[in-house]
Amino acid sequence: MTIIVTDGLTKTYGGGVTALADLTVAVDAGVIGLVGANGAGKSTFIKIMLGLLPPTSGSVRVFDLDPVTETDQVRARVGYMPENDCLPGDVSAAEFVTHLARMSGLPKTAARERASEALRHVGLYEERYRQIGGYSTGMKQRVKLAQALVHDPDLLLLDEPTNGLDPAGRDAMLGLVHRIGNEFGISVVVCSHLLGEVERICDSLIAIEGGRLLRADRISSMTEASDILAVEVADGTDELAAALAAVGLTATRDGRMLLVPLQSDAAYDRILRAVADLDLNLHRLDQRRHRVAELFTTKETADV
Amino acid sequence: MSEAGVIHDIGYQRYSGPRLGRLALQQALYVHGLRSAFGLGRSAKAKIFPWLVFGIMLLVAVIVAAVRAVGGESILSYTSFADQMSFLIIFFVAIVAPQLVSRDLRAGTLPLYFSRPLRAADYVSAKYAAMVSAIWLLLGVPQFVMFLGAAFTTEDGFKGVWNEIGDLLPGWGYSLLWALMFAGISLLIASFTGKQAFAAGGIVAVMLMTTPIVGVLASLPNTTANSLAGLASPVFLIAGVGEWLRGTGGMELDLGRFGPIYGIEAVCLIAACLLLLLARYRKVASL
Repeated sequence: MTIIVTDGLTKTYGGGVTALADLTVAVDAGVIGLVGANGAGKSTFIKIMLGLLPPTSGSVRVFDLDPVTETDQVRARVGYMPENDCLPGDVSAAEFVTHLARMSGLPKTAARERASEALRHVGLYEERYRQIGGYSTGMKQRVKLAQALVHDPDLLLLDEPTNGLDPAGRDAMLGLVHRIGNEFGISVVVCSHLLGEVERICDSLIAIEGGRLLRADRISSMTEASDILAVEVADGTDELAAALAAVGLTATRDGRMLLVPLQSDAAYDRILRAVADLDLNLHRLDQRRHRVAELFTTKETADV
Repeated sequence: MSEAGVIHDIGYQRYSGPRLGRLALQQALYVHGLRSAFGLGRSAKAKIFPWLVFGIMLLVAVIVAAVRAVGGESILSYTSFADQMSFLIIFFVAIVAPQLVSRDLRAGTLPLYFSRPLRAADYVSAKYAAMVSAIWLLLGVPQFVMFLGAAFTTEDGFKGVWNEIGDLLPGWGYSLLWALMFAGISLLIASFTGKQAFAAGGIVAVMLMTTPIVGVLASLPNTTANSLAGLASPVFLIAGVGEWLRGTGGMELDLGRFGPIYGIEAVCLIAACLLLLLARYRKVASL
């Protein structure tokens, strides 16, 4: 199911700053990574989807609704977690999330129930009755996520959810996002400037740079392209390269390693035989999946 | 119980219940605002000042009622009660308006509000209504206490109670005028800063610093200037409107024939405050 469709979406701010330029993309349900450097236009894109900013030209449809004219219907189905600190310090998480649930139109009792449930899902239990001011950064991020989740949206827009978290906190947050996307059945757009972080949990990726679309595709189609084998031997790397060339494998040298395209499983045997024939010490023979990051690097350099 | 941070698979429940419209959101935000104006649902620290002010005003009302009951003499009428309490009202407003408005700015909560169906107009009207209600309750409840004291000790029976009601209702109306005016001005000032102390200082400054201007204008050897002096300060403006509408007043302003000007300025001032608030939040809402 396609949830977000944009067509020639452009946003120019007052001072002539172009935040988004001619963005055309169709996004399927699932966990979607929105990747780009700071200032690439990620936050602008999110604000346009929420109906907070009108696009300068082009169109955007979320669940086939127009955020500009059907703002309420869109916002009822979308949860937003902003990047910045947005929590008052002198109320408890339970109270705060309940209040925001009511601001999403939930009746009083339902708001209270869903607030404690949302807080439980993000991993806050008895702490939820303590004042937010005393929370750690990780707990605050969880409260921010809970308030986005409290009105049971069909789509979550998370702006840098791992901001300010330590590695363990990052993993926990990403795990949570993955769980929301896969077990709760809620689509998630995760904004990040760290590609390596989101590619682990995403089904598809949208990469933007300077407001322009770099690439939008499913992760699987990005990584399946071609697998390569990395071969590392103690000495005689050059001899091995020559031997591999002789048996029809084109090896490229990468530092101490040889990278060999994996055309068939027979390549393993051929490499092993070549190494044995030359009587070399094999240190490493492993299959390397194309990292998504590499795909972008090559694409970017090609563009430049 | 479980360790913090561990997520248990209890299953996620979808919500299929009703989603209320914007009117319900406004009501919820209004009730939330009114409660937090008196520190309800908040820390004990937030309750001190509103309830201190409310307590003092209630005490004054009880004393007035007691004096009336014992001596049968009214030392403070319903309308002059508000005028006499003006410093306390300013104090109350300076504490409460930043609570309602600056806190959201300071904590950055507004993006969370405005990414929901709530609009800038809903936010402004709910907060304004909450502020108006808070000020009106602050004045209206002590006035009602005064009324009870007078009504139970009246010697004219039902007619005496009826007369008291006739006095109380204009008094409540006058309190509403105070509430409408002060809520507008104080919220507008508070909406410009996230720092509660600055907002409180700004409100007190605007309310009090304008009084000397009134004093200067009132002492000019020009009757027109004297009559218009009250326009320079919100407190005197309200007193002027009250005086114009009722023909007498406690502030001893000499309105001359300029009474309607006071009325027009009061209406314009309230409208301007609301429009500026709306413009301010339109801008904030689009982030």
